Amino acid sequence: MSLTQAVWAIIRRDLLLAFRRRAEMANPLLFFVMVVTLFPLAVGAQANLLQAMAPGVIWVSALLAALLSLDGLFRSDFEDGSLEQLLLSPHPLSVLILGKIFSHWLVTGLPLLLVAPLLALFLGLPEKAMPTLWLTLILATPMLSLIGAIGVALTVGLRRGGMILSLLVLPLYIPVLIFASSAVDRATSGLPVTAQINILMAMLLLALVLTPLPTAAALKMSVN
Amino acid sequence: MSLENFFAMGGYAFYVWTSYGLTLVVLVFNLLSPVVQRKQLLRQLALKQKREQP
Amino acid sequence: MSIIPAPISRFFHKTASPPHFYALADKLIPWLTVLFLLLLIPGLYGGLVMAPADYQQGDSYRIIYIHVPAAWMSLFIYVLMAIMGGIALVWRIKLAEVMLISSAPIGAGFTFIALVTGSLWGKPMWGTWWVWDARLTSELILLFLYLGVTSLYGAIEDKRDAARAVSILALVGVVNIPIIHYSVEWWNTLHQGPTVSKMDKPSIHISMLIPLLLMAVAFKVYYAIAVLQAAKLQLLKREASAQWVKSLLEKPQ
Repeated sequence: MSLTQAVWAIIRRDLLLAFRRRAEMANPLLFFVMVVTLFPLAVGAQANLLQAMAPGVIWVSALLAALLSLDGLFRSDFEDGSLEQLLLSPHPLSVLILGKIFSHWLVTGLPLLLVAPLLALFLGLPEKAMPTLWLTLILATPMLSLIGAIGVALTVGLRRGGMILSLLVLPLYIPVLIFASSAVDRATSGLPVTAQINILMAMLLLALVLTPLPTAAALKMSVN
Repeated sequence: MSLENFFAMGGYAFYVWTSYGLTLVVLVFNLLSPVVQRKQLLRQLALKQKREQP
Repeated sequence: MSIIPAPISRFFHKTASPPHFYALADKLIPWLTVLFLLLLIPGLYGGLVMAPADYQQGDSYRIIYIHVPAAWMSLFIYVLMAIMGGIALVWRIKLAEVMLISSAPIGAGFTFIALVTGSLWGKPMWGTWWVWDARLTSELILLFLYLGVTSLYGAIEDKRDAARAVSILALVGVVNIPIIHYSVEWWNTLHQGPTVSKMDKPSIHISMLIPLLLMAVAFKVYYAIAVLQAAKLQLLKREASAQWVKSLLEKPQ
């Protein structure tokens, strides 16, 4: 089996597994919507206040939803032993992992795009900001999966890794949060956002190249 | 410069001396806690060794 | 490892062997303590007594003599930890793992000092205890990174595995620190507008600079002493059943 075939096989397998557990797929989405709903209830429903907070609220909620879904990235494979099989394969582990991360993103990151318009509506985000919100979600949610994968790989062997995972991963998410929410914020007032988008793209490329290596090393540590 | 003036720090005594005091506490703690723990560990290990080889 | 000539590699392996290092640390610590005091006393005297009060900030600026060296150390120690992590992952040198994990609490301590003294300095200058100033925010995130390292090490039962995990994390963190730092700085200029950060570059006079540098070097020597003490403890913990520890115990204390 060639490397590309192997990666495709992993993506297909993971997608198949995810679709067999459709109910679980909806959880991060539901969480995303619910966290955003809590904000108007907590701070009051003044339209101008909500609109000012909207980019930040949506992005913090997206971060938390991504964090919540991360655990599923390697957990079941670790428990049923298929992770060990992956480690034994002759192909470079870091590339195979990219396949796993990609399918995880398709299942947990991409659906956030679908509910984003609803949340924008809730918070009174102007329509002209929608394309930017989508663009930032497309660019930044893969980054959340890529960076998060390092944290999951480090903690997958632990029984209660959840708390530590958030401690490890959230500080690394800060640059993503800053640039993504700032892009949406500028778009609401009709300002150009090319700088932020370019930086997000650069960070995504950097993450694509750099994160699989520590993830692979950490998985080897966790499995042995 | 008198000693009183020195301790008054031009009215900023609280901020300056709290900073220095806290720094002292953190640095001394980080220096002494491994020493204390090592002494304890050595004592335990010595006891264990005595028990194993009478 | 053909890149490194054999004699050098042999020297490193000898120095890095636990019993040899343990004895070396014992020999070094008294000298380092003398050096530390020789730097600290003139540094403190120069900073607190000799240096004139700042024309804008009065005597409150004297916090600089611990705030700035502590902030430098917090970054320096994290970078050092990442280097140790790299060495530990590539050459599997046990001592590098020990040094890495011994450095973490000391670095976290310096980060904490930098944060609290920054806040104590900010209160008379800004009028509030906390301002989302770029430097303080980065320092806070750095503290989170340190806490991540220590809690990950504590959570993994097998300490060899834990050391590997922490090495990977330190390397990931060190790549991210510049990215985080510049994002935060950029975010700060965006949201705060041009605030006059009085903590930036107080018009530094030579009589103020010399004690600052003395304190910075003194903190580095302090780190060396503290990390050697912590490393001795970690080595004993790991090697509790090794022969050299047994013979160490038989010696009269």
